[in-house]
Amino acid sequence: MSQTIKLTTAQTSGLVILRLFVGWHFLYEGVIKLYSPSWTAKGYLLSATYMKNFFQWLAGESMISIVDTLNIAALLIVGLGLILGYKTKLVSIIGIGLLLMYYFAHPPFPGYPQGITEGSYWIINKNLIEAAALMVIFLFPTSKVLGLERLWAKKNVQASTT
Amino acid sequence: MTNDKKLFRGFSRRDLLKSLAGVPIIGAVWYAGLSNTEKAKLEREFLLEKLNIKATPPPASGPMSGEPLRVGLIGFGIRGEQLMRSLGFATNEWLEDMAKSALENPNDKRLEDFKAQENLNVKLTAICDIFDVRAEKALRSFNSNGNSCKRYKSHLELINSGEIDAVIIATPDHWHAPMAKAAVEAGVHVYLEKPMTHTIQETYELRDAVTKNPDVVFAVGHQHRQTQSFLTAMDAISKNTLGHISMIMTTTNRNDDNGAWQYEIHPEASTATIDWNEFLGNAPKIPFNAEHFFRWRKWWAYGSGLSGDLLTHDYDRINCILKMGIPKYVTASGGIYTHRDGRNVPDVMHINMEFPDFTTGGSQEAGKEKGMTMVYSATLGNQFDRGTLLMGHDASMELGNTLSIYADPRSTKYREMIKEGRIDPKVPIYQYDPSANGVDAVTSATAKYFADKGLLWTYRDGKRVDSTFLHIREWLSCIRNGGTPSCGIQEGFEEAITAHMGGLSYKLGRRIEWDEANEQILALPGEDLDAVLLNNEV
Repeated sequence: MSQTIKLTTAQTSGLVILRLFVGWHFLYEGVIKLYSPSWTAKGYLLSATYMKNFFQWLAGESMISIVDTLNIAALLIVGLGLILGYKTKLVSIIGIGLLLMYYFAHPPFPGYPQGITEGSYWIINKNLIEAAALMVIFLFPTSKVLGLERLWAKKNVQASTT
Repeated sequence: MTNDKKLFRGFSRRDLLKSLAGVPIIGAVWYAGLSNTEKAKLEREFLLEKLNIKATPPPASGPMSGEPLRVGLIGFGIRGEQLMRSLGFATNEWLEDMAKSALENPNDKRLEDFKAQENLNVKLTAICDIFDVRAEKALRSFNSNGNSCKRYKSHLELINSGEIDAVIIATPDHWHAPMAKAAVEAGVHVYLEKPMTHTIQETYELRDAVTKNPDVVFAVGHQHRQTQSFLTAMDAISKNTLGHISMIMTTTNRNDDNGAWQYEIHPEASTATIDWNEFLGNAPKIPFNAEHFFRWRKWWAYGSGLSGDLLTHDYDRINCILKMGIPKYVTASGGIYTHRDGRNVPDVMHINMEFPDFTTGGSQEAGKEKGMTMVYSATLGNQFDRGTLLMGHDASMELGNTLSIYADPRSTKYREMIKEGRIDPKVPIYQYDPSANGVDAVTSATAKYFADKGLLWTYRDGKRVDSTFLHIREWLSCIRNGGTPSCGIQEGFEEAITAHMGGLSYKLGRRIEWDEANEQILALPGEDLDAVLLNNEV
């Protein structure tokens, strides 16, 4: 497991692009919700088809405003982290957590109501695929190639050589 | 400081670019998100300002303070029990059932809602039901918590007991007017279930009685007048949002036994427990028949079928919004197609109501538009929700507990905005959903039918409120603080005459005309319209 794989420039670029695209998607979702004061996840949670008790508890009077705030904050943090290339491992995990929540509230399991979707899904849907993409981002960090973490990396290199 | 400089010595411009490459992306995405939401908001505000529809609730009815009002009830059947809960009195059996149901389904808030309901400061002092089982059930439950309730064997004894200030009447239709008239003439305030009357003659007589006793507060039980979406609809129409309305489509869509009036026949029903003669009243004398007693809505002798039972809801919902009054012409057709079980009222029915002189205003040149048809289309054999549609030249309104308005692609009023892409005819230009953030537990298909029509509950400050409670509260407030109920004798008169015209047209197979100047339904020479209406053979 400790074996380091040397990636080609093209492979690294591909990973960077994946990271930026996922970050872009998270950030845009976060910004739209941030500036739409009437937005709430309540409807999505209340209409959950799986783990209903948990999601309906989240949608309850006492929880929903915290849930909404945390959701927006998490979307923004994941988006900013991935695009800037800062704490990408941590924000990948947060992002996976968020996507799994979206996924399990309305999973495309056989026999479960699918509601209105723009495509056809069976067990795997775009939320789950994006979560898998974040797993790749987590496993192949690229923020030292392109991202704020390059600053620290360079600093450390310089500090150790002088 | 020198150390710091050293730190960045090996840092090229290329490194810096690679470190900060994300910053412009963030700027772009953030800017796009902000400007897109702002643009959508501005468009929305522009449209809302242009439409200027106000979703404000009506002023709450007055205080319930002072001496408790003494209320009596005639008819403790299905509706009677519901009315009593709205008044604040639930049976022990219901409370137990609801507690059990709430345990099984946390979404079932019926018990919680009932307990949270405002105290209306009334005493339920008298009850009259001619079925012993029901009367005794009421007495068992309502002689507690400081309330004492007495049973009267006949409605006249109850009305003249001196023990009540007001009475709620929830009996079969053929008893509505005789009881209401007796109460009004005795100076007792009346809350009467719909349809207001069973015959044309009774409609005039009851109106005369109410007019001659102005101190009596008389209300008809069309509780949807309290539904907030209807008040919003009234505002939208008064602002001419829809343009000239030429067509209104209202529907009944049910497909279950309860919806087809196949109510349960109580096993203890017999001549020993039911005062059969008192039930029959002015109806044809027939031997005891438990089905007629419990499922009276299926026969013209006691009920009035789709035209009296369900058209009245839809007619009054629209009359409440448009105040169009009695139609000039009514044409009806239908038959017994889904429940050939011995009933004589139709179970599929269409009633076309013509209002040739009515207009809600328009956006085209003066004189081009006038007149409107309201269609009521009903089936008890399918429950596909066809909704309620008000169709104007400029927009269509879908009306229920929620309200949506869609611009018409060929609208004159919105032509420019549609061309500029500011209005998409497929997307509502206005939507009002007071429960947008809530999911309400609806317990049966029939309950859903009523809930969708705004007949079960409405919303105040985002909270679900029983509309019957608000309607009864309004009546009690008029008794205590003065004022006129939203559905009084005039509204009831219009509702009853319209329903009777529907029934007559169905039975006679011809167009029925209302002579507005003389306030008469036109009959052929020698024709007794009430006899036609009550005829059990047709």
